[in-house]
Amino acid sequence: MNLSKSWTVAAKDFKVFRRKKNILASTVALPLLVSVLLPAVILYSTNRGAGKGIPDAELPILLPAFIFFFVIISAPLITAIASYALVGEKVEKSLEPLLATPTTDGEILLGKSIAAFLPPMASIYAGATIFMALMDLVTFPKLGYYFFPNWGVAVTLLLLAPLAAILSVEANVIVSARVSDVRAAQQLGVLTTLPFAGIYLAGELGLISLDTNTLLSISGLLVIADVLLFFISTATFRRDEILTKWK
Amino acid sequence: MIETEGLTKKFGDLTAVDSVSFKVEEGEVFGFLGPNGAGKTTTVRMLCCLISKTSGEARIADYDVGKDSDSLKIRKLIGFVPDSVGLYDDLTAYDNLEFYGKLYGCTEVQRRENIERFLKMLGLWDKKDVTAGTFSKGMKQKLAIARALIHDPRVLFMDEPTVNLDPESAKTVRDFILELKKEKKTIFLNTHNLDEAQRVCDKIGILNTKLMALGTPQELERSVRGRRTVIQLEKVDDAVIAALKRVSRGNTAVDGDRLTVDVVDPKKENPDIVDAVVRAGGRVQSVTVLDSSLEDAYLKLVREAA
Repeated sequence: MNLSKSWTVAAKDFKVFRRKKNILASTVALPLLVSVLLPAVILYSTNRGAGKGIPDAELPILLPAFIFFFVIISAPLITAIASYALVGEKVEKSLEPLLATPTTDGEILLGKSIAAFLPPMASIYAGATIFMALMDLVTFPKLGYYFFPNWGVAVTLLLLAPLAAILSVEANVIVSARVSDVRAAQQLGVLTTLPFAGIYLAGELGLISLDTNTLLSISGLLVIADVLLFFISTATFRRDEILTKWK
Repeated sequence: MIETEGLTKKFGDLTAVDSVSFKVEEGEVFGFLGPNGAGKTTTVRMLCCLISKTSGEARIADYDVGKDSDSLKIRKLIGFVPDSVGLYDDLTAYDNLEFYGKLYGCTEVQRRENIERFLKMLGLWDKKDVTAGTFSKGMKQKLAIARALIHDPRVLFMDEPTVNLDPESAKTVRDFILELKKEKKTIFLNTHNLDEAQRVCDKIGILNTKLMALGTPQELERSVRGRRTVIQLEKVDDAVIAALKRVSRGNTAVDGDRLTVDVVDPKKENPDIVDAVVRAGGRVQSVTVLDSSLEDAYLKLVREAA
């Protein structure tokens, strides 16, 4: 495996994405929106008096769930880019000359995965940093301490979010073999959001607690899912399959 | 340089390429002619190590097509122009070539030199910083050719390079192929443009799932019907026809005062034919040699296969 070739493929995709305003906008806007909107919600809905709003005592339960939003949004962010990196290239018929170069399937797939993984993760980390800073600013007067960062956030952002992003990349590779337009790929790719939205809801409904141990257990399950999907996606991304069986 | 022996590709029950054998020498331009669905693209894809073969053998510069360890080596020494240009419309012409140059392992100096050389040769140097998406079809095709040449390959595979191009752009591409021929590059050209094949190819294979014929354009033309000599007389009578049949073994057709005789070598046979006609009392007004065309050969073979 020649990593410099994978990086060449990824760098080319970065260049292409920079010119696609819709991709740029969605990659930057969604994490930014979450990072600003959630602290605003807390700011305007806590201690509104007469028993209204969110009580201060609820904040330590709510805030870990909020950070989970950054895991949920990883799937649509990854999908927006991966669909262009894979299906877009298929639609524009540029995969065939790419596959004719002395580059292995693994090198191309890794390059595409880097291209789909890095920009959303950078955006998520930037958004999460803004979120934590604003949230600490808003909640410090109510809690008397800075809630972020903590171990739960570390596990969520450094373990869970990348694992969820990898899952989404792999799902997009598999989806790419079955669809022939970018929009269909995006619609199917976004489905990987569902399990994480389900976990978030379960946390909010009190069915599970999103504490560090639970997050580590979810991460463990994600590792297994990622490994399984890795084998399926690499079997899907073979030049013979792409040129003869992909739709 | 390129050699196949019984090369076959099946997709399930469908045989796309059936036991095809041919040899292309170094520096030769080989034309692969055939109707749509004949298996031309599938053959090129197999030779470019893009899809696997079902059976048979293929070698490029003594590397085995289908052998995993040789696959990357083959792709390093070939260039490929697919039937769809497949450029990155959001990247400039220069960036498109730069990307492929890196994937082919060219050094920075090689990339810079080759990009300039081929863009200048194809008349695109002034457009190097323009995004490929704004190019015309002809310009895109030229850029796709430059992309295939960026690493200076020994073998160039071109799949329908002039299809959908206006006559001027098609001529530029054909002239460029002839330039490459001068540089002794081995070129494998898929086309169904017979005129193009006749103009640029040293050898032609006619494919319709199976290889129907193989030879130089001239050999293929002759293989169909040879040539015909047309003699215009003042009047055709039985004595003239009888005299003609005595000296010629080819078919003879009479159309009014015109005789048409199938010949193999007109230079050798025509003096005797004309002499016999004159001796039999025929008054010759004109003698014309009609060549059978590559088109005749192609149509005959394709119809026979159907």
